[in-house]
Order: sequence, then C-alpha cells, then structure tokens
Amino acid sequence: MAKDEKKYQKANNPLQTLKRLLTFMKDKIPMLIIIFIIIGINSLFTVYATHLINPLFVSIGNMMKDFNANYPHFLKYIEILALIYVLTAILQFTSDRIMTSVVNRTLNKIRNQLFSKMQKLPLSFFDSNTHGELMSYYTNDVGAIRDALGDSLVSLVSAIVTLISTFVMMILISPQLTIVIIVLIIIMTLLTKVIGKKSISNYQFQQSSVAKLNGYMEEMMAGQKVVKVFNHEQNVKNDFNKINEDARIASTKANFYAGVMGPISNNLSHINFAICSILGAYFVIKGSINVADLIEFLQHARNFSNPLSRIMQQFNSLTRAIAGAERIFNIFDMPDEVDDGNVSLVYATYDENNQLIESEERTGLWAWKDGTQLTRLRGDVRFIDVHFSYDGKKEILHDVSFYARPGQKIAFVGATGAGKTTITNLINRFYEINEGQILYDGIDIRKIKKSSLRMSLAMVLQDTHLFTGTVKDNIRYGKLDATDEEVVAAAKLANADEFITRLPQGYDTVLTGDGSNLSQGQRQLLSIARAAIADAPVLILDEATSSIDTRTEKFIEDGMDNLMVGRTVFVIAHRLSTVRNSNAIMVLENGRIIERGDHDDLIAQKGKYYMLYTGQFELD
Amino acid sequence: MKKILACTKKYLPFIILAPIVLIIEVILEVNIPKVMAQIIDTGIPSGDPEVVIALGKKMVLMALCSFAAGAVGCYLSSTGAMGFGAELRKTVFNRIQDFSFENIDGFQQSSLLTRLTTDVDYVQQGLRMLTTMFIRAPFMMIAAAVVAFRLNKDLFVVFEVAVPVVIIIIALLSHFALPKFRYMLTKYDGLNDMEQEYLTNVRVVKAYVREEHEKKKFADVNWQLMTSSIDIEGMLCLLGPVMQLVIYGCILAVYYLGGVDIARGQMEFGSLTAFVSYISQILIGLLMMGMIFMNIIRLKGSVERLSEVLNTQSTLLDGNYDGNVKTGDIDFEHVSFTYNKAARESLSDADFHIASGETIGIIGSTGSGKTTLVQLIPRLYDVSSGTIKVGGINVKDYKLKNLRDDVAMVLQQNVLFSGTIKDNLKWGNPDATDEEIITACKQAAVDDFIQTLPLKYDTDLGQGGVNVSGGQKQRLCIARALLKKPKIIILDDSTSAVDTHTDSCIRQALKEELRGTTTLIIAQRIASVKDADRVIVLDDGKIVDFDTPDNLLQHNLIYQEIYNTQMKGVE
Repeated sequence: MAKDEKKYQKANNPLQTLKRLLTFMKDKIPMLIIIFIIIGINSLFTVYATHLINPLFVSIGNMMKDFNANYPHFLKYIEILALIYVLTAILQFTSDRIMTSVVNRTLNKIRNQLFSKMQKLPLSFFDSNTHGELMSYYTNDVGAIRDALGDSLVSLVSAIVTLISTFVMMILISPQLTIVIIVLIIIMTLLTKVIGKKSISNYQFQQSSVAKLNGYMEEMMAGQKVVKVFNHEQNVKNDFNKINEDARIASTKANFYAGVMGPISNNLSHINFAICSILGAYFVIKGSINVADLIEFLQHARNFSNPLSRIMQQFNSLTRAIAGAERIFNIFDMPDEVDDGNVSLVYATYDENNQLIESEERTGLWAWKDGTQLTRLRGDVRFIDVHFSYDGKKEILHDVSFYARPGQKIAFVGATGAGKTTITNLINRFYEINEGQILYDGIDIRKIKKSSLRMSLAMVLQDTHLFTGTVKDNIRYGKLDATDEEVVAAAKLANADEFITRLPQGYDTVLTGDGSNLSQGQRQLLSIARAAIADAPVLILDEATSSIDTRTEKFIEDGMDNLMVGRTVFVIAHRLSTVRNSNAIMVLENGRIIERGDHDDLIAQKGKYYMLYTGQFELD
Repeated sequence: MKKILACTKKYLPFIILAPIVLIIEVILEVNIPKVMAQIIDTGIPSGDPEVVIALGKKMVLMALCSFAAGAVGCYLSSTGAMGFGAELRKTVFNRIQDFSFENIDGFQQSSLLTRLTTDVDYVQQGLRMLTTMFIRAPFMMIAAAVVAFRLNKDLFVVFEVAVPVVIIIIALLSHFALPKFRYMLTKYDGLNDMEQEYLTNVRVVKAYVREEHEKKKFADVNWQLMTSSIDIEGMLCLLGPVMQLVIYGCILAVYYLGGVDIARGQMEFGSLTAFVSYISQILIGLLMMGMIFMNIIRLKGSVERLSEVLNTQSTLLDGNYDGNVKTGDIDFEHVSFTYNKAARESLSDADFHIASGETIGIIGSTGSGKTTLVQLIPRLYDVSSGTIKVGGINVKDYKLKNLRDDVAMVLQQNVLFSGTIKDNLKWGNPDATDEEIITACKQAAVDDFIQTLPLKYDTDLGQGGVNVSGGQKQRLCIARALLKKPKIIILDDSTSAVDTHTDSCIRQALKEELRGTTTLIIAQRIASVKDADRVIVLDDGKIVDFDTPDNLLQHNLIYQEIYNTQMKGVE
C-alpha cells in the first residue's frame, strides 16, 4: 500500500527536475522554441481575430446606412479573417506535427536510457524491487511525461499567451470591466483549487485502491488451481467483493470530482458573462463604453475563462510528469554495478617460441590480459576467508575458504538455505563479497572486468528462464555468432536434440512466455544446451538436474561428463549420486563449510555427509 | 453481450437517469447563448438597466441550474459507470472461480488477468462515455440545430454544407487511422513484453554478458514503437486544424451571409453572435460523436474477450451424492484420459485398486502421465473413459466440495498467498487451532524453520511467497494440505526442492502419523518411493507395473534402470 502511494506523490525538487528534463532534451530545444513561437503567434492571431469582429460589426452597421459604399470594407474584413484562419490552421498543424516528433523521440530516448541504465545496475536492485514496480517506470512514469510534453506543455503555452493578450485587449477596451473580471477570476481560481485538491486526493485514493484490487486479482489468477484444490472459491469471492467494493467507491468519487470540474468552470464563465453584461449595460448607459466595444469585450471575456481552467488542469498533469521524471532520474543516478577491473579475457595461442600470444580468433585457449602481460586461463578458483551478506546485516556466508584446481569438479551439498547458491553467485560477481578474497588464476576477481569474468563462466541457473524466440535463438544466446551446426552439436551434447527434433517446427519452434509451452525438464535441457554452446572454461551448474526425470538425467549426465572434460566445474545438486565423482565435496550448513573432501574421505569421516548419504538408504 | 448488459441491472437507475439529467444541462447550455444574444440585441441597445438585469438574472439562474444538472449528472454517471464496472468485474471474477482446471488451461492465467483489468476498464469507460457524451453530443447537436434553424433559416444552409464535410472527415480518419492505431498498440505491447522478459531473465543476461545484445533488442522494439506512434499521431495532427478550418469557414460564411442580412435589416446583431456559438456546438458535437463511435469500435475486442469468459460453462458439474468421502479406497476402472484437443492419450486404460491407508509411490519419466493420473482423483479433470471411485463411490457422484475436502493435493506448481504463514496454513482448515497448525508443520518438517523467524507463524509472506526458499515453500504447502485432515493425500513431486534428509523426515512423519490416510507420492527420486507399500511405474501413459519396491527391483526393467542411475556403486 505504502509503495503504491509513493508513486503518486509530488516531486521533491520540481524545479531541478524540470531543468534536468530540459537538459535531457537539449537537442530538441531549438524545435521546442520554434513550436512555442508558432503557438504564440497562433494565440495572438486568435485574439486578433476576435478583435476584428468589432470593426466587422461596425462595417455591417455602416452597410445598413449605405450598402454599396461599405460592402468592400465588409468584404475586406471577411477576407482578412479568412486569411488569418487559414494561417492559424497551417501553423497549428505545423507545430503539432513537430511536437509529435519531438515528444516521441524524447520518449524513445528516455526509454532507451532507462533500459541501458537498468542493464548496469547490480542484481540487488532487481531483488529489492518487484517487477510491477520496475515496469511502472516504463508505463506510468514515461506515460506521465508523455501526457505533459504532448498535451500539457502546448496547451499551457497557448493558454498563457491567449490569457495575456486577451487581458491586454480587455484593459484597452474597458479597464473598469476588466477589474470586475479579475475579481471573478480570483473567486473562480479559489473554487477550482478547492475542488482540484479534493480531486487530486481522491485520484490518489483511487489509484491505491485500484492497485490493491489488481494485486489481489493477479495473485488469485496465479493461484487459481490452488484455490480450487482447497475449495476456497467462496472465500476468495467474499474477499474480492470487499476489495472490489472499496475500489468502486474510490473510483466513483475520483470520477465525480474530475468530471464536476467541467460544469463548474463552464457555468462560472456564464455567470461571469452575465455580471459583465449587466455592469457593461450600466456603462453603456453612462456612456463610458459604446455598444460595439462592449460586445467585443464580452467576446474576450468569454475567451478569457477557457484558458484559465485549462491552465488549472494542465498544472496537475505537469506535476505528475515532473514526479515521474524525478523517479526516472533517480534511477539514472543510482550507482552502477561496480566494475573497475582492467584485466580482460582474450583468445590466445602459442607462437613458434612457445610464448603465449593474443589471438584474433577463437582458439580454444584463453588468457587473462593485464596491460601487456598474458596469463593463461586455467580455471583455478580460490575462496579465501570469504564473508558475505546480502543486506549488510545478516551474514549468509562465514569464513568460507576452498580451492578448485583447473579441471576439478567441486560439489556443494547442504540443506536449502545453507548458502550453496550464494557461493556460485559470488564467483561471477552477481554480488560483492564483504570480506576476504576470491582469486581466479591468481587474480583477484575484482581486478577482472565483469564482462570478461562472466564470459569465462557458463552458468546453468536454478530457475530456468528462456526468451521469446525460436529454440535455436535460445541456445544461441550462449554464443551469438554460433552456426546452426554448432547449435545442433550443443543440443546433442545436452541431450536436448531428441526432444527438439520432435517439436512441431524443430529448432525453429517459437517459444513464448518464458518457454511455457515446454515441460520443466525440456526447459532445463535447453538451458544446459545454452551453457554448452558458450564453451566457457568454467562451468557452474546450480541444481540443474533436479526436475529432470531420472532416465533423461542419465543422458544429461553423460553429456555433461563430455562437457566437463578439461573444465573446472562447480555443481550444486540435491542427489548425492550426482556429486559422488567430484574431486571435492563441500558440505555447507548455515553458511559455513562443515565438511570437505572427496566422497570416500567424507564417508570415512562419518559426519553430516555420511548421514545424508546413508539417509537415502534408510530401508537397507 | 447479453451477460455484460446484465451487469448494469444493479445500477440501472443511475445509468438511465444520468443522460436524462444531462439533457437538462444541454437544453440550458444551448439556451444560454440565446439569452446572451438577447442581452446584446435588446438589453443593451434599449438603454434600460432593468431589462439587462432581468436578462442577466435569468442567465445566472440558468447557469446555476445547468451547473446543478451537470453536477448531478456527473454523480449519476460516475456511480452508474463505476458500479457497472465493479459488477462486471465481479461477474467475470466469480465466473472464473467456477472454472474447471480444463477451463483455466484453455484461457491461461495472464490472459484472464488482462480481461479482468484492462478489458473491464475499457468497457466501463465505454459505458461512462455512453451515458455522458454519447447521449449528450447528438442531443446537443440537434438542440443547437433546432435553435439555430429557428433563429435564421437562411443561415442554416451553412450546416447543410458543413455537416456532410465533417462526416466525411470522420469516416476518412477512422478508415486510415484505426489500422495504424492498432499497429501502434501491438508495438506498445511488444515493448512491455520485452521489458517483462528482461526482468525475469536478468540473471541469464548478466551471466552471459548479453547486456549489449539486450540493449540492441530493446532499442529496436523501442524504435518501432516510436515510428509507429509518430505515424498515427502525425496523422491525427491533421484532425484539429482541419476541423478548425471547417468551423471557421462556417463562421465566416455566417458572418458574410448574416452581415448582408443585417445590412438589409433582416437580422439582429445578437442573433448573429448566437448563431456563431451554435456553429461550434453543432460541429464539435458531431466530431465528438465520431470519436465516441471510434472508441466503441475499439471496445469490440474487449467485449468479445469478456463475453468469451462469461459464456464459458464450467466443464465440471456437481454430482448428486451429498455425503462425504467415507474411506481412502481408490479404484481406477479402465480409465483413459486425453487432454482437451490433444491428439494422444495421456493415460491409457489404468485399472487398479488402492486400499485405504496404503502409501503408493508413482514414478516414471517426464510426460509419462504421473500428474495426469493423480489429478483425476480429486476430479480436477474428468476421465475420458472408464470410472474412478473414491471410497467406493464414483467421483462424478460427489459434490466437488465434499470430494476435494477429503482428497488433498499438493500441486507441482504451488503457490502461497500474501498474508501471514498462519493465514496461508488456515486455507487447509479455517478453524484449525494453533496446536493443530504446529503439528501439521512438524509433520511437514517446516516448524523448525518457522520458529527461526522473528514473528514465527505471524510472519508476513510477500505476494507469491517470495520470502521463502523453494524447499520451504514446498513444505509449507504440504503442511497446508495436511491441515485438511484428508482421507487421501497426493504429493505431486512436492519435495523436489527439499533436501534428501528433510524429504525422508517428511515421509517418515506421514507414514507414522497418518496411518489411516491413503498417501500418493509422485517423485523423481527413487529414495522417495522406495519405502512405499507399492509403487506404480508409468511409461508413456501406461501403467507398466504396480508392485512392492522390492519386487520391482527384482523384475521391473524401468525401475531397475532408475534405481541404478541414482544408487549406482553405493551398495
């Protein structure tokens, strides 16, 4: 609830945000100035056209006396008006068309920058915000800016110009009557302000209760099958009714206050007109104003209240946009994922003198490049007294030390939440360690460029996620320039080829919605194929085989064994049989390594591992 | 459509009264310019302040009445439209609650949610527009036209030219703009999908260092959205100026014709200004009608999607037998099952008996029909042929509620709901005492974990149970099912994320403390089923064997194969 409300709050620093938004649109400012000039000219034209009505009427009056002598004058005014109207229409179109382009290009830039920025943010940012919250930057906030730029700004400028020029015309015609108008305007402004405030607070209330309703529906749709299994339909209906009713009341109020503004400002302007007419009539009788002037004044008075209520309305929209822009700028200001290493990963080969040299092409050999110095990538990973906490408060890993020599298979075993996944997340620097050191081929991983570090590691994550696109595209995600043959080879290695060829369009079958048309096992096979094609020197397998049936698993294991040859591998698996042949097994409990050694050592120790292992054999 | 209209019933008085009251507002609004004209024509030239005051008073009074009518109309239409929206949402939501699994599968969750939110909102806004503008705009137009016609028949000829012009403009616009608009919307959806996908896949992107690739993908979709937006909006930019030209053209024509008339003494100044205000009222009214019309066409899609939900009948109906499930016996008599529209049978000719209190393991490879088989027991789906009896009675004869109360099932893809742990557990039994809850949690081996939480059983779980790990979530789901105290409990791969030790503790607890309960365990791990009384081995929808684990190990090839892959070299 609190989070929902935060979204609709006002900006903390509106002026600065506005300034920044303008700086952001710097290249569009000449365009904006042109637009504003056009709008200004147009508004002046409109006021002038209203002014011309007076001489037009005078000429009509004259025609009553002598038709033929005054007809040319009359016609001239009609012609001038026609010219002005055609010009305003053309100018209007020009400025609208330019504005459309400016707005859309700006939004495009904002979205691109926002997306690029999100790419640079650390994972902790994504952990601490729900998808809905993050999506609302793209939808609500960008939307608010769009409304403000597209409609409000233009409206505001034209309203202000109209307001000022109309005001000048009115003063020129009759200062006394203008004062009356001002008094009425002040009353009107105060009234709109009161209603406007109510309207805004009701709008916010509506937004939060609708957000609550949508949240509830989202949750229930996701859990619909559970609802049915527990016969909870009636309870859910009752809860829904309550929330739905709350949202109905809130929406009704918000809609009423928003809608009632129209009749209020409309009729206030009518009343305004009536009072001016009455007073104007007095002035006419007193002779301080003539009939034609009064009529023109009344025309202007009618034109006056319209832009005023427009300014009021646009003001709300502008505040929302600035609040949205501020939220987006806050994202822009967030610190990037730390990446200040300068050691990079390069293809390498040996020259005739058996010296390691950098290569242009993929050779199967990799090297770390620090300045000019090359170190061959071997896949030696060491954890030295590593401490880690996700939130800086609760430590998840305590004093973890271990090493993996090149080509070794290291397994992590332990209960859920013992810290197995966390360790693998530290190797690829998804998170930064708090204390200690992680060395990769003797280099502190903080000195290695993140992109290089991650390219040297292929991961199969606990939750399999796929992308919209073909099966082929998804496998190719591990190596963007892979040929079709490489894709098939990787799929065969992961034993995914068999099921893929059975799909309706084989490798060209389109996956949608995170691969929801595949079974859990098939999705995992694809993610293994994706890791296989990356052909990285170090592999991280996080519970990769937990949802695959045992028969398929056997095939995968064979494939994996091929894949593991010559690579350093970290495995997290629940089934102890899959980790038995590891070079070393780390048993984790509450973030500490409590036992380590190979299978035989650990069995001989008769500790936790032994208990777990034998636990599988209670029957025997 | 009929069912959607039925949702207006509760708020019908509001929905009907709103346009009526608004018509009063329109009548006043149309007549106010006439009074203005009188002030200018007769009041001011008469030089008699009394006349002007009388007319001014009349105008203020009319404005006040118009305001009152406008405010009341606004209240009525807001209440009516929002009430209708709430009713519609409720009807759709309740209908979904009554859906069977088969219905839910047919629609997909995300699509149901869009219908509940976006589509209902559109239809609700449509009704609001209908009650306010759609009645108002044509009425305003006609009223203004009548007054204008009475004011001056000669000038009315201007409308006879302008109205067809505006209609042609609207027609052309909708013809060219609508497809572009739809195209733009698909691009907008595409952008949202891409963002959503990125957010779920952020770890994969980072692990494979594909940030640049994603940026390119995004920039591409973003560019398409931009160009399609400029395309449609650029076209709409024409609308304003063109309408302006038409309106101003009319005004000039009126000035010209009217000016000549006045000069000839056939017309008053005031009538001329009044006539000019009717021009905008009539033409803008027409334009508004066109816009509303376009919006209603856009609604068509939403109405269809909602009707589809409302017209879908649940494929499962309650049986006539009113009793509860008496025992945990399960009988499959030549049962076959084919998923909706699927070409192949997912389960063929299953025929077996499970005695009350037995513990049955079910194994087989992915897609062999394990989940299909157990889902038929609490009648989540109906068999395609054959009969299933629970407690000796055909599952189709039970009331669904009675059957499912006694057959608890822990789904493979399970969810917890927002609320506290206790709230979630009480789904199993709303009247469960704290002791019962703790007992169930101990059996599901999750009490220890809950005790480590600061608020223990009152800990708030985020939406979708995000604050607990996969294994803890599975155990909570088991505890929730145990609280039902069912006759039959089905665990569909419900401990896959639980470590082996905890897994064996749970099975131990179930075996010892739920002696009378028939337990069905689907598992990938051989260890999870090897202490079962009997094990069903499934392969490609067929039951290939049903025997004790020991016997299976002796003679069943599939069982041996699985056993050996998982236990190799251990003996």
